[in-house]
Amino acid sequence: MEVKRIAKSGTFESNDIYIIVEPKGDEGIEINLESIVMKQFGEQIKKTIEDTVKSFKIKSIKITAKDRGALDYTIKSRVETAIKRAL
Amino acid sequence: MKLRRSMLFIPGNNPGMIQNAGVLGADSIILDLEDAVAVTEKDSARILVRNAIKTLDFYNSEIVVRINPLSTDFGFEDIKEIAKVKPHALLIPKSTTEDIKACDDILKRIEEYEGFENNHIKLFPLIETAYGLENVYNIIKASDRVEGVLLGAEDLTADLGIKRSREGEEIFYARCKVASACRAFRVDAIDTPFTDLNDYEGFVEDIKRAKSIGMTGKAAINPRQIDTIHDVFAPSKEEIEYAKRVMKAQEDAKREGKGVFSLDGKMVDAPIIQRADNILEKARLSGLL
Repeated sequence: MEVKRIAKSGTFESNDIYIIVEPKGDEGIEINLESIVMKQFGEQIKKTIEDTVKSFKIKSIKITAKDRGALDYTIKSRVETAIKRAL
Repeated sequence: MKLRRSMLFIPGNNPGMIQNAGVLGADSIILDLEDAVAVTEKDSARILVRNAIKTLDFYNSEIVVRINPLSTDFGFEDIKEIAKVKPHALLIPKSTTEDIKACDDILKRIEEYEGFENNHIKLFPLIETAYGLENVYNIIKASDRVEGVLLGAEDLTADLGIKRSREGEEIFYARCKVASACRAFRVDAIDTPFTDLNDYEGFVEDIKRAKSIGMTGKAAINPRQIDTIHDVFAPSKEEIEYAKRVMKAQEDAKREGKGVFSLDGKMVDAPIIQRADNILEKARLSGLL
C-alpha cells in the first residue's frame, strides 16, 4: 500500500498519541518520536509504530509522533487511523 | 440471573477513560461511538474501541458498544468492525423493529464467518423516539439476542417536543411501557441517565422512582453515580429479612402439607414466594448474603 497524502490522528491529551503520516520520497520507514516517557519506552513505542506500519505492507512513509503516555493499543489504533486516512 | 444495575457510558475516542473503565465497578460499560464522538473522528474511535476490546481487561464489567444509528453511513461499518472482537452486546440507537432484525441478520453472518457461537453477541435496543416507544414490545420480540432495553429520555422528550424535568413526570408513561414490555420477555429495563451531577438528592429520588415502576437498572454518565445506583437497586435489609422468613415459612408449610399459608396474618402464595426468591438471589449476587 502507498501513503498518498498527509494525514493525522489522535490528540495531545494524556494517555493518547498524536500521529502525522506523510509520503516519503525514497524507500524506508522514518519515525520522529517525542514522548514524555522517551527514556524508558522510546524504543518500544517506535517498534510498535513500525510493526503497525509493516502490517499494512507500507514501504515508504514518514511518521511524526507526539506521545502523551499512550498504551500499545492506542499507539496501534492511532497509527492505523492515520494510515487509512492517508491511503 | 446476571446483575445489570448500572451501565456506564464511556466516550469511545478517549483512551485514558477507556483503559481505566474496568476498575470503576459498573456492571456494564458502554463504549460510545455515537454521541460522544465527533463526526470527523468516527473512524478513529471505531478502531480504538475495537483494539481496546481486543487488548484490555475490563475485569467483571461486561462490554457493550453503542454503535451509530443504522440510518447513518457509520452504523453498519461499526457493526462489521466491532463484532469481530466479540463484545458482549451492541446498543442500537433510535431502535426500530427493522433495525433490530437487520442487526440480527448481520451478526448472524459475521458469527458464521468468524466461527463464533450462534447468538453470541447480544443486542440492547435504545428507545428514544415516540415511534420506538410505541413499538417496544415488537422491538424486543424482533430478535432472541435482545437482553434488555435502555430508555433514552433526552432524545425521547426532544422527539415528543416536551421539556425534561427534575421529577421526570413527563417520562412516567415511557418508563411504565418499557418496564412492562421488558418484563413480558424477562429482559432488563435500563433507565435513562440522570444528568445533573450536582443534584445528589434528585438523583437518588430518580433511581427510586424508576425502580418502583419496574426498571431494573440505570445508565450512568459518570463513575460517581455507580455506587448510588447499586445501593438503591440492592434489596433493603427489611426486604431480605422478610424474604428469608417467607422461604422458611414455605418450608414449614410444605412439611405440614399446606399449599397456601399465612405469615404475619397475611396470605402467602406463589407470586410472593417468587418475589422472595428473586430478592434473595439479587442479594446473593450483590454480596449481601
